Amino acid sequence: MKPEELIDEVRQSKLRGRGGAGFNCGQKWYFAYTARADEKFVICNADEGEPGTYKDRIIMENDPHVLIEGMTICATAIGARQGYIYLRGEYPQVVNILNTAIDQAKARGLLDDFDIEVRSGAGAYVCGEETALIESIEGKRGEPRYKPPYPPVEGLWNQPTIVNNVETFAAVPAIVKNGASWYASIGHPDYPGTKIVTLTGDVNNRTFFEVPTNTTIREIIYEFGGGIPAGKKFKAVQVGGTSGAFIPEENLDTPLAFDTMTAIGATLGSGAVLVLDESRNLIDVLTRISGFFQHESCGKCAPCREGTMRLYDLMLKVNNGTGKPQDIKIMQKLGNVMAISCLCGLGQAAPAPILSSLEHFPADFNVKLM
Amino acid sequence: MDYKEILAQYRDLPGGIIEAFHAIQDEFGYLPEEAVLEAARGFAIPVAEAFGIATFYSMFSVKPRGKNVIRICESAPCHIAGATEVIAALERELGIKMGESTSCGRFALEFTECVGQCQGTPVITINGKPYTNVSPAAIPNILAEYKQA
Ligand SMILES: Cc1cc2nc3c(=O)[nH]c(=O)nc-3n(C[C@H](O)[C@H](O)[C@H](O)COP(=O)(O)O)c2cc1C
Ligand code: FES
Repeated sequence: MKPEELIDEVRQSKLRGRGGAGFNCGQKWYFAYTARADEKFVICNADEGEPGTYKDRIIMENDPHVLIEGMTICATAIGARQGYIYLRGEYPQVVNILNTAIDQAKARGLLDDFDIEVRSGAGAYVCGEETALIESIEGKRGEPRYKPPYPPVEGLWNQPTIVNNVETFAAVPAIVKNGASWYASIGHPDYPGTKIVTLTGDVNNRTFFEVPTNTTIREIIYEFGGGIPAGKKFKAVQVGGTSGAFIPEENLDTPLAFDTMTAIGATLGSGAVLVLDESRNLIDVLTRISGFFQHESCGKCAPCREGTMRLYDLMLKVNNGTGKPQDIKIMQKLGNVMAISCLCGLGQAAPAPILSSLEHFPADFNVKLM
Repeated sequence: MDYKEILAQYRDLPGGIIEAFHAIQDEFGYLPEEAVLEAARGFAIPVAEAFGIATFYSMFSVKPRGKNVIRICESAPCHIAGATEVIAALERELGIKMGESTSCGRFALEFTECVGQCQGTPVITINGKPYTNVSPAAIPNILAEYKQA
């Protein structure tokens, strides 16, 4: 297949990014394809830092070749000769698996005009953000860049660069083999294909599943997850990892697709599913989550650096029983400001767990206030 | 291997300073000050930038620490699965607090966020090796292996 045909096939399949932003994959490739440059790069985002998520590890451990094949197809499509897999530092065991697979592919002559190098992260959640990731591969502090320009136009070493998630690349070989319309017919029409979900918290089957994207949250929890242990009742579920919204019972019939989740004020994110039963202290969980963001904020932009710190302080206050109604108002206002003014998705999403909980579970806050 | 030899292996790798820091840390357990200074020279970047990199990433330490680095995941899934009790058990067993190293130099206790082994919460790692479904009662057994080493 010629580059244009490959890109067209991927675009028509309606494959959208599995890393959180849900951008049309073929469309992104097209931008890099049309960009003029001496060199272009393909990067696989294997940073997988979103708490509760390990789907990319599962793919890399069980089928590293599908990832290499997906990256190679991308390289052929956009005209790249060098690729990188940015692997989180917490997966040292996976480095060998990937390097062995790359060597095997080379030995078969499958990587004659495209080389792939594995680079390790070193423990920074923000490096999953694509421009921070690029900075990190360049050997710098992983701080996000101002956008635009976006990576397909100006990315690694300022050259056109495609950054895709592991799960996104892994979907590509089957699309090229079976055709765009085959893929587009699976799951939800606006976000077709499958999604790997990782279940944590109060479910009987704390494991992972690959499901078509028209599967509902309820099916995930009660059919795949086997329901809630010890006969307890459902309280809330957080989908998409720690940056996701907390979702109440009434929204459980929402399909795990991109726009359907956005429509209920939540996100699909990484596909992590954290279930809380009725006995859980939501305020304590939110306090821990705001501690996460306070720790992981890179400090480059003020609204995130100061905002995550203030949200954490306020949640600590509410959690230890000294919060006042005024503190809730401040969190709401601060959260709304952060959502629109932070430089990258980290700060923009940081207030989401708190704001969604204030909307759906106000009583949990109220009983804690002075 | 001394840090100069390690650095020399990565000098020609574009953006290779982070890989070099990993390799130095594998050897020394942390990033000695002279090694960071030498890295600044080798990669031709200001000293401030080299320290900026060394201190940005949570897996790097610019201070000496215990040889076996124990990290406890405190992300929400591990938190609700009982990470706090595991922390208490580790502190008790080693006689140190989180963020400290034992005086014999054998162990360091650190917090981490999710390490991607959430199928078995709560999770700890020792020198990068994950232990899943950890209970406070299991701590002495897990540590025994490292007490001899
Ligand atoms: C704070 C933050 C962390 C992110 N972490 C990841 C990650 O671990 N893995 C990932 O693929 N995308 C992550 N992303 C999304 C990337 O910026 C980017 O959108 C994605 O890699 C694009 O690939 P896709 O189109 O295949 O989804 C993160 C974004 C933000 C703002
Ligand atoms: S949440 Fe602890 S390992 Fe993922």
